[in-house]
Order: sequence, then structure tokens, then C-alpha cells
Amino acid sequence: MVEEKENKEMLQARTSPHFRSPLSVEKIMWVVVIALLPAAIGGIYYFGINALLVILTTVITSILTEFIIKKWVRKGKFVMDGSAVLTGLLLGLVLPPLEPQYLWMAALGSVIAIGIAKEAFGGLGHNIFNPALVGRTFMTASFAGVLGTAWMEARGNTVDAFTGATPLAGAFDHMATSMEYKSLFLGNVGGCIGETSALLLMAGGLLLILLRIIDWRIPLFYIGVVFSLSGLLGGDPVRHIFAGGLMLGAFFMATDYVTTPLTKNGKVIFAVGAGILTVAIRKWGSLPEGVCFSILIMNSVTPLIDRYTKPQPFGFIKKKEEEKKEVGK
Amino acid sequence: MKLFGFDLLFGHVQNGVKPPERKLTEKKVIEKGPMPGEVIIPLSQHIGAPCKSVVKRNQEVKVGELIGEPGGFVSAPIHSTVSGKVLRTSQMVNPVTGKPVDTVIIETDGKDEWAEPMKTLDLKKATVEELLGRIKEAGIVGLGGATFPTHVKLSPPPGKVIRDIIVNGCECEPYITSDHRLLLEKGKELLKGLKIIMKVLSCDRSHIAIEDNKPDAIKHISDLVVKYKLEKKVSVVSVKSKYPMGAEKTLAKYVLGKEVPMGGLPFDIGVLIQNVGTIIAIHDAVHKGKPLVERVMTITGEVNGPKNITVRFGTPISTLLEYCGGMSSTGGEVIGGGAMMGIAQYDLENPVTKGTNCILVKKKVDWEERDCIKCSRCIDACPMGLLPTKYAKLVKVGRFRECEDFYIENCVECGSCTYSCPAKIPLVQYIKVGKAQLAKIKRKEGN
Repeated sequence: MVEEKENKEMLQARTSPHFRSPLSVEKIMWVVVIALLPAAIGGIYYFGINALLVILTTVITSILTEFIIKKWVRKGKFVMDGSAVLTGLLLGLVLPPLEPQYLWMAALGSVIAIGIAKEAFGGLGHNIFNPALVGRTFMTASFAGVLGTAWMEARGNTVDAFTGATPLAGAFDHMATSMEYKSLFLGNVGGCIGETSALLLMAGGLLLILLRIIDWRIPLFYIGVVFSLSGLLGGDPVRHIFAGGLMLGAFFMATDYVTTPLTKNGKVIFAVGAGILTVAIRKWGSLPEGVCFSILIMNSVTPLIDRYTKPQPFGFIKKKEEEKKEVGK
Repeated sequence: MKLFGFDLLFGHVQNGVKPPERKLTEKKVIEKGPMPGEVIIPLSQHIGAPCKSVVKRNQEVKVGELIGEPGGFVSAPIHSTVSGKVLRTSQMVNPVTGKPVDTVIIETDGKDEWAEPMKTLDLKKATVEELLGRIKEAGIVGLGGATFPTHVKLSPPPGKVIRDIIVNGCECEPYITSDHRLLLEKGKELLKGLKIIMKVLSCDRSHIAIEDNKPDAIKHISDLVVKYKLEKKVSVVSVKSKYPMGAEKTLAKYVLGKEVPMGGLPFDIGVLIQNVGTIIAIHDAVHKGKPLVERVMTITGEVNGPKNITVRFGTPISTLLEYCGGMSSTGGEVIGGGAMMGIAQYDLENPVTKGTNCILVKKKVDWEERDCIKCSRCIDACPMGLLPTKYAKLVKVGRFRECEDFYIENCVECGSCTYSCPAKIPLVQYIKVGKAQLAKIKRKEGN
């Protein structure tokens, strides 16, 4: 009898299914972090120690902010699920290689990204806006002077095309030479730490697509729309897609699960909308923030897109037709 | 909504998941199972009205003797599965539904004496009514797990014509191999049983659907079809190995390209789907006069000797596990049915019933539920094109009424969403709660 009782206590009972896929939130986050590493390492190679310091600052501050909020403000459990690291890394990559005396700005940006954009909304899964982009927007608004002049020449840049304060503003409309294309593709041009090398970003993005972490539709439609629309409006389409933050945005920010639509159709609408907005902001806007703002704006309409892209359940069309027939009778 | 044709390219048939197959017992020949010392027979082992007991305490019964009379049209009689003495009839918890049900407990005398078999029927001479009556009398229900009384399924309402019969030999659940073994060992009986169904429904087009992870079964059945010259009427279809291919609606769509309308049943599109085991049971009832008292079951997972065995209904799970070498030390969860849709058992003295196709022992694992990260894997996996994560969110805050707008009632509870969820949210559990609460609200409004 005692044995039987023990046996009963031993058994686990729960709702089906009793089988789960080995994928977890942590795994997804860490794989995305790994996919970003080539671009991060490329940025450090091109911009040197300053870039490394910026990335370390944003990542460490992000983890600390999340830890403090989870542990002491919300009195919950802190789980190292990789999402804070990912936000910190993404924020570091969209910043210019700041000089060490300005690192506190990067730290403040991370606090805003994690504290305001993510945890204030309820933590991972509940945020409306992409935290890294909110952090970056906060910094652009607050420290425009420093951010605007912090660009530095990349190592091995032989093309003297972008000597101005920023290679992004206003530069999209002049046709580039093949040498410039090569630089843009490889990344030895001035710009944000992680945005310079289209090649390294695409390598990371392709890894994510192959592992089915992200949906291929978002980068394809986003980049495709920017390419064709900028060409139609008389810009240089190749420069539009390789320069600036488009590659990083299309592969790593517009594909963020939490802040983008649920369904495949919704994702396509999101990507097309972001593409149109990017070109519009780049062409007519006064700030060089096309990708950043376009994704944030589309983040805000995501619930609306979700509402209008409710998938059709199995057997739905047939029923509709039948109803029509019945009405016809 | 279809946009840029993407729903076509990635339509519902493409959905589903691919859990590891782990068919440990696919090469193991079906053995005769253990004779239990005592059987516990719930008088409701089917969907529909429960049976009424026709036996008394201390009455001697033989194998195949009627002990439960059907309680309505949608019901199936229940027979004694052993020979022995009725110990008592009492209310016990039904291991499938969790509700109390009259249960007959019979002590085995070890002689295994069979009651006089029913008269065998000649397929050529027997009328449709006779055949249907026999199927009902033998207590046959859908053995794939749904346990819908077969005679009801075979009598479609007037106006509905069955044009296609699909034999469901998919067995898409991981671990289970009972239908696979039946296909290999009872192919002849399957085809003869299929002929009976075709006569009952006067339909002469049938498809035997087998997942392509069972090439030996596909070849064996194809050869038999040729051998018995049934090529014109019966085709063997190799279907993709994907879960839940064996779900009726998914299978009909894959084999015939037709979608069962929402809220409808396969007969709405002229299709009848029967499980392999059910068809063989029909054969045994008609050609051997044998009532449904046993079935093939896979005992697998964390047991020392996984096997495919024929099991008498009412056998306690513990007897079966003992027969298969006992639970290994790592086992901690016992499931009646498959890993994806089976029911976790809280007591090893629970009996197996007509719908139990497998006893699976699994390791004890705990998953921590996290917040949804909206990765939409559940939506991509759902074979019914639904929004599982939406239901979880609505149910958590008690907004059951709104679940209806997202078609929660269309869910078949296959578990694909929960399987694929990286945040380990028990979506099926939330959906079950949501469906039950919604039904309650609707009932109230109806009153």
C-alpha cells in the first residue's frame, strides 16, 4: 500500500502534448546574438578600440538594467535569457564609435532601451517598440551634436567619397563608383559600428533564415521595396540598400518577433510599409534616420496589421460559398 | 486572407510539425498480451450515451458476453473481455473523460472461455442492414482514439453521399506502431473489411493512406491490392510523414484536396475516414462473429521491453507495464495514447479502454512557462489555420467570448502549437479551458 502511494506521487500528469520541441527562447536569443557577431567583429576591426568599448558599454549596462529592474523593482526572478544581451548588442551596433568620454551616453541609451522601452511595458514579449531603436532615437534626440560628429574614417578606406560629418545624410542621391560599391559592401566606410558591412550582416541574416529563426519575407520585401522605390525616385538603389542601416534593420530589427506582426501576410505588409517609409524619410526627411524611424513607426501599427491579417481558418472558404448559395436559393 | 498567393504556397497542408518519430517497436511482431487477474470495464468507452449494465453481482460471464446495453443510437454495446465472475458494479472515474461512470469489475477465472460466437455473415448474401446491425452488435467504435460508434459513422444522414473512403494508416503520433504492425500482419483482413464498408456505403472508391515513413507497409498493401484484384477500387496513397497527418480533416485535404467546411464533418464533402484497426475489427465481427473485446496496443517509451500486444479492454495499466518488463528507472509520466494527444494517467490501476492505442512511459520533464515572444511558430504549425497564442492571451484574462471571433471552436487539440512553442506555454490547456468556458457562456445565453 505504501509502495502504491509512492508510485502515485511519482507520476506526472498534465495536459497533452507530452512532447516539446527542443527550441527555447534562450536558444533563439543566443543564436541571434551569434548571428550579429560577424558584424560586431567587423565594426571593431574597422573602427578599433572605441567600437569595442561602445559595444561592451551597451551590453553590460543592458544586462545590469534588466537585472536591477527584475530583481529590485519588480521583485521577480532574473533570467539570463539573452534578450538583454541582444538589445545591448543591437544598440551598440547602431551607434557610431563614440570616444571614451562619451560612453556614458551609450550607457544612458541602454538604460532607456531596457528600462523604458522594454521593462516598463512588462518585459520581454510585451514591448511595443524595438528597445534598441528606442534607445538610439533617445540618443539622437538628446545628443545630436555628439552623435552627428562622432563618425570616424574606417580602416582601409581608400575612397575619399565621404569626408563630410555623416555619410548618410543627403548622400543617397548621387551615383557611386564601383570602388564605392565595393567599400559599401565590405564595410570599410564611415558609419555606425555594425551598419557598415553589408556582407557580414547578410551572412548573419542568412544564418537566421536557414535556421528558420526569422522569416525570409521581411528582409526580402523590405530591401526589395527600398531598392525599387529609391530607383524609381531617381536615387541610387544600390547605395540605398548597402549604405546606412538598412541591412541591419531588415535582417535584425524588422524581424524582431515581439514588435512585428504575427502572420506571414502581416509580416509582408510590415516590411513593405517600412520600406516605403525608409525611402520617404531618406528623401524628404531632415534626419538621417530612415530605417530607425520607419521600423518604429511600423511597430506602432503592428496591432492594427495583426487585426486585419487574421488568418483564414481551415474550411472557411467553403462555408462562405455555401452560405452564399443558401442565400441565393 | 490571401495575399500575393502566399497562403497557397504555404497553405494549411504544409502546416503541422515534425516531432521525432521514435518508433521503437516497428519491427516487433504483435504478441498476445497478458491475461489480467481482474478487469475494470467502464460502461462508457465511446462518444455518446453510456451503456446500462445488464449483469449482476457474482454472475458468471464468458468472453464476449454482453455486459452493457447501448443507451441510445449514438452508443455501442460493451462485452466482457474475460471469463470469470462479476465482483461488483460501481461508479468510478472514467480515465478518459474524468467523469464518474458505471464500471463493471470482473475477476478472471483463468479459463478464458468464449461465449457462443455470433453467426458469421456472408458478404454477398447479407443485406446492408444486417451488416450495420452486426457492426453495432459487436460494439465497434473508431479505434484511432476518437471512439465514435462505427455503425453511426457508417449511416450518414439522408442526402449525404459518401463518394470516397479513406483508410487511415498514417499513425502520425510518435512512438505508436500498432497500426503499422496491423498493416503488415493483417493486410488481408483489412482489405476484406474494406469491402464490407464499401458494400455498406455502396461506394467503390477508396484510398489507403499510409505515411511514407512506413515503406514496407505501403509495399505490402500495394502487393495485396494487386493480389486480390482490387486495383480499380482501392488505391494506396503514400502521404507525407508529418504530424497531424492522421487527423481526419488534414488527411482528407491531403488525399483528395478537399477542405471539410468549418464546423462540419468529413461526410459533408462525401468522405468517410476509418482507422485500420477499426476496419479489421469490422472484418472480425462479420466474418468471425467476434465482438470487440481486445485491440492491438503499443507499450513503449521508458519500459524495459517495448512491445506491440493484443490487450483485453479493462486491463489495468500496471499489468501491461509489468508484462513489458516494467517501467525503467527513468520513467515518470505514463500516458494513455500518444505523446501528442494522449492522456496522462494519474493512477496505474486505471484500465485501458477501446480508444487506448498506446501506453507510453516518458521521462519526467518540467517546462517553465515564459511570456509569449510572438514568434508565431504556433500559428505556422496550426493545421487548422488558427491563432493559438491569441487564445492563450484571451483565456489568461478571462475574455472567453472573444475567443469565438478567432474561431477557437475549430481547434482539434492536436498539440502542434504547444509542441513548437519556444516559451513552453501549454497552449492546448488554455484552449481547452477557453472552449469549455465559451460553451458554458453559450449555454447560458441559450437558456
